[in-house]
Amino acid sequence: MIPISAEKIHQTVEEIYRTESRRVLATLIRLLHDFELAEEALHDAFIAAVEQWQQKGIPDNPRAWLVSAGRFKAIDKIRRRARFDASLQALAHELDEAVSDEIEGGELEDDRLRLIFTCCHPALASDAQIALTLREVCGLTTEEIGRAFLASPATLAQRIVRAKSKIRDAKIPYQVPEPDELPERLDAVLQVIYLVFNEGYYASSGESLMRPDVSGEAIRLGRLLMELLPEPEVLGLLALMLLAESRRAARATSAGELILLEHQDRSLWSRELIAEGTALVEQALASRQVGMYMAQAAISAVHARAATTDTTDWGQIVALYDLLSRASPSPVIALNRAVAIAMRDGPEAGLALVDQILQHGELLNYQLAHAARADFCRRLGRKEEALAAYRKALALAQQEPERRFLEKRIAELS
Amino acid sequence: MKFLCLICAEVMMEGMSKLEADKHYQEYAEFTNDIRKNGNFIGANRLKPANTATTLRVRNGKVSIIDGPFAETKEQLGGYYLIEAKNMDEAIQIASKIPGAKFGCVEIRPVADDPQTLALELDRR
Repeated sequence: MIPISAEKIHQTVEEIYRTESRRVLATLIRLLHDFELAEEALHDAFIAAVEQWQQKGIPDNPRAWLVSAGRFKAIDKIRRRARFDASLQALAHELDEAVSDEIEGGELEDDRLRLIFTCCHPALASDAQIALTLREVCGLTTEEIGRAFLASPATLAQRIVRAKSKIRDAKIPYQVPEPDELPERLDAVLQVIYLVFNEGYYASSGESLMRPDVSGEAIRLGRLLMELLPEPEVLGLLALMLLAESRRAARATSAGELILLEHQDRSLWSRELIAEGTALVEQALASRQVGMYMAQAAISAVHARAATTDTTDWGQIVALYDLLSRASPSPVIALNRAVAIAMRDGPEAGLALVDQILQHGELLNYQLAHAARADFCRRLGRKEEALAAYRKALALAQQEPERRFLEKRIAELS
Repeated sequence: MKFLCLICAEVMMEGMSKLEADKHYQEYAEFTNDIRKNGNFIGANRLKPANTATTLRVRNGKVSIIDGPFAETKEQLGGYYLIEAKNMDEAIQIASKIPGAKFGCVEIRPVADDPQTLALELDRR
């Protein structure tokens, strides 16, 4: 191997860090049975790479080299600590025994899946699952996660530390769940990805409507999961995210004002994402299993196909909402179904359903329920009722562009 | 690793009809038998209802005693299983078959195994 310039080495190592660091980490966690130790080992391995590759050239299999270097560094570290703590001697010995098979064998792809399932383990708090997944699987810094979820890096770091100690102390295993546990555990993983996506697509609070980098990260996670575990609902979730993403450019004015689906300039929708998302929905539906994500994606695909709101196949959308209500009944889905029915049968039909839903009480503090009621009343010419409902929605809305949209409607009516 | 499964519910055996309680006992007998066969069973007990509980504190050398459990909640601790499982996932799998989980809930707690705790020789029979 020929010696290479320091600059070239730095460039190469950086490139390899981007593409391989999460895989190397995933394998190191399996070999070392400890998140902290594996992260330190990953760091040490890359430092060693910069030093040694310059002299000896870039190895044929950089990933295996990094895993092996990281493991040796960790064993060294444990040995040094073991001089003061006898309980660590056994661990150092055990780690030393790990055969090279474990490092280079066919388990490597599974390691990334193990990492995802462990980070999204239901025994961890939901916000901890999200933070840990973004940190360990996506490699985001706590500062980046903080920006995405409007939390301080210190809070997030603490959340991540707590989650890691629970994994260690409660013996949460580093494994892909058994087939009989898979559906439930996969739900937890999908939920984490979906929550991350939604935070980027429909920011729950703050100045801006969307944070594209956050939803982009969720889509990357969705793609990774599909590569590792192509279950129908995994395809469904990825399709749902891609179809929603396809409308991003049309969802807001240049000033950041919300544009409703019916008023969006559909020429701005990304045909490429729609094609990819639609193909995935079809593939997911072909499995003949009904899932919450694929049903929502299928609804999104019907919208994507239509040139205008009027030519949208609302009948099919209502049918898909019926399917969705059966797969995962919830008042929010019932509300969306009511909106679809209003589009098919007119505002009167929608209003009757929304009033029924509001009577149940669960959505009394959900601004979109009041906004939907307001919209139906407005279209029926029931001005006073519309105004009252818009005001209720405004009192509940926390996101600036949404508030401005509601204020505009109130101003138009008064 | 050992895990303690604390079974909490609103209704205790004492609050059930004879028929319900008999059925529940039968379910517990089957469950206990199963985990005994699989080598996961270490110990278990049913507790008398929370109205028999007494909570004690020692402050400045003075013992204070009050009636009732230390946390007044609708759900009360009704019994426990101490099990052996290789990790949290296996513990969850076993605990999900505890009959009481269908009515109340089960809190799963890993038992400490640090050298100091082990030195107490707590489970020496």
